[in-house]
Amino acid sequence: MSRASASGGPEPRRPRREVVTSPRTTAARHPRYPATREIDEQTRLGEVYMRSLVRTQFRLALFVCTVLGCVVGGLPLLFLLVPELRGVLVLGIPLPWVVLAGLIYPGFVTGAWLYVRQAERNERHFADLVDQAR
Amino acid sequence: MSTAYGVTAVVLVMLAAVLIGTFGIRLSRTTSDFYVASRTVSPLWNASAIGGEYLSAASFLGIAGLILLYGADMLWLPVGWTGGYLVLLVLVSAPLRRSGAYTLPDFAEARLESMAVRRMAGVLVVLIGWLYLMPQFQSAGLVLRAITGAPDWAGGLLVAVVVAVNVLSGGMRSITFVQAFQYWLKLTALAVPLVFLLLAWRADGAPGLTAGDAAGWALPLSSGKEYGLYSTYSLILATFLGTMGLPHVLVRFYTNPDGRAARRTTLAVLSLLGAFYLMPAVYGALGRIYLPGLRGSDMVVLTLPGRLVGGAAGDLLTALVTAGAFAAFLSTSSGLTVSVAGVIGQDILKGGVRSFRAAAVVAVVVPLCLAATARSLPVADVVGLAFAVSASSFCPLLVLGIWWRRLTSAGAMAGLVVGGGLACGAVLMTIAGGPHTGLTGALLAQPAAWSVPVAFAVMVVVSLLTPARIPPGVARTMVRLHTPETLDLDRGDWHPRSS
Repeated sequence: MSRASASGGPEPRRPRREVVTSPRTTAARHPRYPATREIDEQTRLGEVYMRSLVRTQFRLALFVCTVLGCVVGGLPLLFLLVPELRGVLVLGIPLPWVVLAGLIYPGFVTGAWLYVRQAERNERHFADLVDQAR
Repeated sequence: MSTAYGVTAVVLVMLAAVLIGTFGIRLSRTTSDFYVASRTVSPLWNASAIGGEYLSAASFLGIAGLILLYGADMLWLPVGWTGGYLVLLVLVSAPLRRSGAYTLPDFAEARLESMAVRRMAGVLVVLIGWLYLMPQFQSAGLVLRAITGAPDWAGGLLVAVVVAVNVLSGGMRSITFVQAFQYWLKLTALAVPLVFLLLAWRADGAPGLTAGDAAGWALPLSSGKEYGLYSTYSLILATFLGTMGLPHVLVRFYTNPDGRAARRTTLAVLSLLGAFYLMPAVYGALGRIYLPGLRGSDMVVLTLPGRLVGGAAGDLLTALVTAGAFAAFLSTSSGLTVSVAGVIGQDILKGGVRSFRAAAVVAVVVPLCLAATARSLPVADVVGLAFAVSASSFCPLLVLGIWWRRLTSAGAMAGLVVGGGLACGAVLMTIAGGPHTGLTGALLAQPAAWSVPVAFAVMVVVSLLTPARIPPGVARTMVRLHTPETLDLDRGDWHPRSS
């Protein structure tokens, strides 16, 4: 039995119902799986994400180690091949002492600081990448 | 030098260490507390603690002594001991923290999923720990004899007892506070006397080196040591790569809340060490000017204040340096004892607090006996050998384990056995059989230049030959090691057995 017949009188005019939907602008960008799930389920795409992160961080580490190796490995060779350098005096102190007992330490700290900054930046990029794909 | 001041200094340091240590007692009751201080240690405390733990008798006394003896070539020793943290920072720190491992054997198990590799790593931790502890006890004996005339074994015994009491009563949390305190004590104990020494040197007319020293000792590669270039490179390799494998340093990384904090802590450590290592070279140079004929080069830091400043001020400064030296013995020995005891307690005994306590006693007694029987070498040389063993075993394990997916349990095992075995063999022949001369002597005294490449090569080649032994969970482990903690990811359910 309908409401109209139950109330008996003529039905008052009601506003037409509208279905409100969101403009589907973002929906198209959702893949079926979020990227974190691609990584969790070890799909091929997830592996690509992981490898890109590990490779970026490894390249950075390798770069720092190469610079360090050149400086640290090069100094003894430099002193061997250019013996005059050993005796050069800076403010009355031999150059090898100025470098090895002084300047190299702030150099280490600066290098480490730059590395930490870049490594954290890499991680932020990775997090953004994975979050965006959600 | 005045006995009373020196003895007072030693007693004060010992008392302070025990008192600060016992503050932590009520807080440390579960196994997890004993091992890693529950991860509630703030970054500055943590960095100071790493610095305090790391600066051993070799850094405090030994470097200046070797510089006094051999000159500019030995400047590489502190450079390597600092630079090792840069290598550790870029290759190991954050992934190691993220692995969730307390110790090196934990890491080996987590990454390679093999109990055999875990046990082998445990054996190496114990060997490196004992090799590192032995010269600490020997130096303590030397220093105590110098200030009181006590027999050689007495100083080592004193340090061993205090360390054992401390470790037994508080575990690691107390150690963290003790260690942080010790870094600043050591820095002060070296810096304050140095200011007075330099003032005295200025007042003395700032004498320079003799002409012979200025032309030889002060210049690199001209100290007259045979195979200087080989030794220099080998030393560089051992120190830069060996730091990451020191058991007492790595356990500290677990006390960081996450990988990012681990990196920042390492950066802070690098700054703290850099500040400290500016000083030993100056001590060495002053020693060369004022104490050219000093017997027992390890005593240069202790002898200079009395010689240059003299009087009551000199006595006070000597007491301060003595306090610093004992702080160095205590801090490094404590850290090593905790690590060695952790491995013995967990992997050999049943695990749990009672095993840890029994293991702590074993961890201290064995190196104490070794110290009494082994040939006495300069402390920095023996510690250098510990670095060589670590660089030839744990460095390849960590670097390949973190960055190379194809590392297999068989490869890791082979690399640890061959690399660690070769380095340990060289160490044994140097300490027990030496002194050797010529090329053999150089190769044995500084084994890293050949043992590290061999270890890497064996690990890589055997891994490539046994592709079936790649751990099944390696992909998940890589996620755990490398992704920032902010991301919500499945990192596997592995937990260290000590928790």
